[in-house]
Amino acid sequence: MPRPGAVIEVDRNTPPVLFHFGEGIRLERLPLGARIVYPPDPLEPIAHPERAIKRALAKPLDDDPLKSLLRRGMKLTIAFDDLSLPLPPMAAPDVRQLVMEEVIDMAAEAGVDDLHIIAALGLHRRMTEDELRHIVGERIFSTFHPDRLYQHDGEDPENNVYVGKTAQGEEVTLNRRAAESDLVIYVNLTLVPMDGGHKSMSTGLASFRSIRAHHNAKTLLASRSYMNPPDSALHHSCIRQGQLIEDTVRVFHIETTVNNHAFPAIASFMQKRETDWTAQDQAMFLATKQMTDIAPPAFKRNVFHAMRAPYGLTAVHAGQVDAVHDKTLEAVRKQINVPVEGQTDIVTLGVPYLGPYNVNAAMNPILVVCMGLGYLFNFYRNKPVLRKGGVLILTHPCRYEFDAVQHPSYIDYYDEVLADTRDPVEIEEKYEMRFAEDPWFRQLYRKSHAYHGIHPHYAWIWAAHAMDHAGDVIFVGADRDVVHRLGFKCASTLEDAFEMAEQTVGRYPSVTHLRTPPIMLCEVE
Amino acid sequence: MRSIPSFAVVKAAGGRAEVATSSLSMLKLGDVPEPPLPAGDWVRVMPSLSGICGSDLAAIGGHVSLYLDPLTSYPFVPGHEVVGVLDDGQRVVLEPALGCAVRGIDPPCPRCAEGRPGLCYNVTEGPIEVGLQTGYCADTGGGWGEVLVAHPSQIHAVPDGLSDEAAVLVEPLACCIHAALRGGATKDDVVVVSGAGTIGLLTVAAVRLFTPPRRLIAVAKHPTQRDLARKLGADQVVAPAEVFQRVRFATAARRLDGMNRSLLLGGADVTFECVGRAESLNDAVRFTREGGAVVAVGMPGEEKVDWAPIWQRELKVMGAYAYGSEPARKGQKTFVLALEAAPGLDLGSLVGPLFGLGDYRDAIAYAMSAGRLGAVKVAFDLRRLRA
Repeated sequence: MPRPGAVIEVDRNTPPVLFHFGEGIRLERLPLGARIVYPPDPLEPIAHPERAIKRALAKPLDDDPLKSLLRRGMKLTIAFDDLSLPLPPMAAPDVRQLVMEEVIDMAAEAGVDDLHIIAALGLHRRMTEDELRHIVGERIFSTFHPDRLYQHDGEDPENNVYVGKTAQGEEVTLNRRAAESDLVIYVNLTLVPMDGGHKSMSTGLASFRSIRAHHNAKTLLASRSYMNPPDSALHHSCIRQGQLIEDTVRVFHIETTVNNHAFPAIASFMQKRETDWTAQDQAMFLATKQMTDIAPPAFKRNVFHAMRAPYGLTAVHAGQVDAVHDKTLEAVRKQINVPVEGQTDIVTLGVPYLGPYNVNAAMNPILVVCMGLGYLFNFYRNKPVLRKGGVLILTHPCRYEFDAVQHPSYIDYYDEVLADTRDPVEIEEKYEMRFAEDPWFRQLYRKSHAYHGIHPHYAWIWAAHAMDHAGDVIFVGADRDVVHRLGFKCASTLEDAFEMAEQTVGRYPSVTHLRTPPIMLCEVE
Repeated sequence: MRSIPSFAVVKAAGGRAEVATSSLSMLKLGDVPEPPLPAGDWVRVMPSLSGICGSDLAAIGGHVSLYLDPLTSYPFVPGHEVVGVLDDGQRVVLEPALGCAVRGIDPPCPRCAEGRPGLCYNVTEGPIEVGLQTGYCADTGGGWGEVLVAHPSQIHAVPDGLSDEAAVLVEPLACCIHAALRGGATKDDVVVVSGAGTIGLLTVAAVRLFTPPRRLIAVAKHPTQRDLARKLGADQVVAPAEVFQRVRFATAARRLDGMNRSLLLGGADVTFECVGRAESLNDAVRFTREGGAVVAVGMPGEEKVDWAPIWQRELKVMGAYAYGSEPARKGQKTFVLALEAAPGLDLGSLVGPLFGLGDYRDAIAYAMSAGRLGAVKVAFDLRRLRA
């Protein structure tokens, strides 16, 4: 029986706790009385995923069985989530592959010939062929790529259509092939509550024109948090857009969830609480630490990015989007929710080497902010673990390093925009269109493997709520110049950071360490 | 003095200051006769301050282009950035070009007739020896001496409010104003000024004042240079290593990375190249847009430049040497424009440290490392010699 998440109070017998530090790790002692929040253990996976998938397709929620929707001569499109999740990438076979193989078999049985498979990457980067193959599997890849398995291009003027405007004035565009299909089957993998639901279609197959309706500073500041859809203006907007899309095209949703078994056996100590570490775990920790302390960043990156997570399927639901997504969120919550009592003056977080937007690349400073102050801070319901005006302490080396292929516009955003202002609203006013319409960024997004020109802005505003909420943000062990450019403070050690934090929150502050990853969502009461 | 062995030694030493100012060098400190007045209307000028120019350092350091050798007469007293006094005590700055008017040649050559004495055909003629400028002519003396001689057309009175320190920069400022007007940037252009020594900084100021563009990007290496470039009017100051990235963004160009260096498709409309070295020149012709203009302002030597981008991009590569009359300003003299602009630029803050002639070795060494040492214009202070 997997243990639920836990909040442990640090006493004299508490061992030092693991902090992620980019492509490194460290053990830190927390002050007596501090709390450590641990994620739940991985849920038991479904023993026979293929059977569960078949069952979900045969008995969908608020919809007809998939088989009855398929017919000869129809135009069928399968869209699926890109490699931005799960993190780390899932060990083969990816659940999306399992689902798509089942759907394709059913379509073939029904005599469907006109079938296209589209990676719904929105404004994310195009995947490489190997990355694409990893998600869909060799059989689908070799059968459909490149003519009938391809990646959405949000900047292709010919292949995006204007669908209309929501009652709130949000413009909606959609991939032309999807819009002109008799049926779109969306194959999703939901790792965190932000994913899935109407957001899948309204961002994954959309263009900048419609994504900007909710990917903006105002919406993000009104999303408390975007990890809790009922309190997320982002999601309300996506739902409005999604409903308009569903009025335009018939969509059948298939959503999957996985457990939080994020680390392979070789790094299982990262998965466990320190009190549970065996001698082997301790040895692996020491070996990993030794390696990461001395190895050059590029080497460490290659080692870490080669890791595949042994995620297990915990749920698969199919049918009408809202009905499916409710069940999906329920399954996600079951895996990641941890009750936490009350807020705290200081929250500490180790920022790992990987976030959704740097698979197979360095995590550049903007993505460090996105990961630490965006994703990790926002993993809460009700209210943040950090009290308003409290201090957020993050560990990450935060070097000035950018992947020129994946993140070209991030370099200019860091060098030009953040040198000018860090205010998300002001940035949006001054720079949004410039980044979105830069022809070179557009070309790199369309033809190379670059994130869309506007993407660094989205990564930055993902942290807008945390920046607004925290009284101070202190990075431990980071490059001082970089941290100052980001507008935060820098400390050499965690002890120094606590001392600096006292200037903001007073002496004897309450401290909570969020021991993540694996992912968890704090239900703060 | 002209000495091939000395030139070879200094060049072989890479122009290092300790060799370039040693007993082996071409530069000597000593007593020489006061230059006689070449004609009745010439006057004596007693230099107060005389700047050490990049071209002086190139000559002393052995990396000057030998193209200039036959256009120079030896031995000469260097120094062409000069503020001084006349016998009657009037403060003046020197316009050093030695064109037809200075040489008493009438009718003047076509270029002098156009008001471009820097391009004079007759620099070998007249009552003085060959030389493009005072400071490179055996008969005129130069600013690094106690006395030089000048034709009245070379003399401009210094306004009372302008200090000697500011006035010594009028000559390089005039060069930079001429360059800015040659470049002819428009209000829609993105302009790059590459290099932030004296010429680079004054070009930034001149472009800002005379041809203000949509965006002016200065390329500067050292912290003081960066601060000054901003102060003088750059919208943005970037390091040499990031120039492609920054120009690309400013111009929404496309960047391609070749085997040896990057290039932009699109790029800056006008680039002022104020370094004069191969690295900087090769960058400039790759980040200036197709059909754009590259203006060589800093004195280049014999540098290896890839002409393929110049050819393929149909660049307008132009020199900007000296000054004269500016057609773009209704024929006004560049020096007059410079004297008018100077009071508003706080030029005095760019000058220093000052050295006596006796400390010339230290002065040259300091000037050779000026950027790194946080200095812009190192100059000789000769006022004490008159006291």
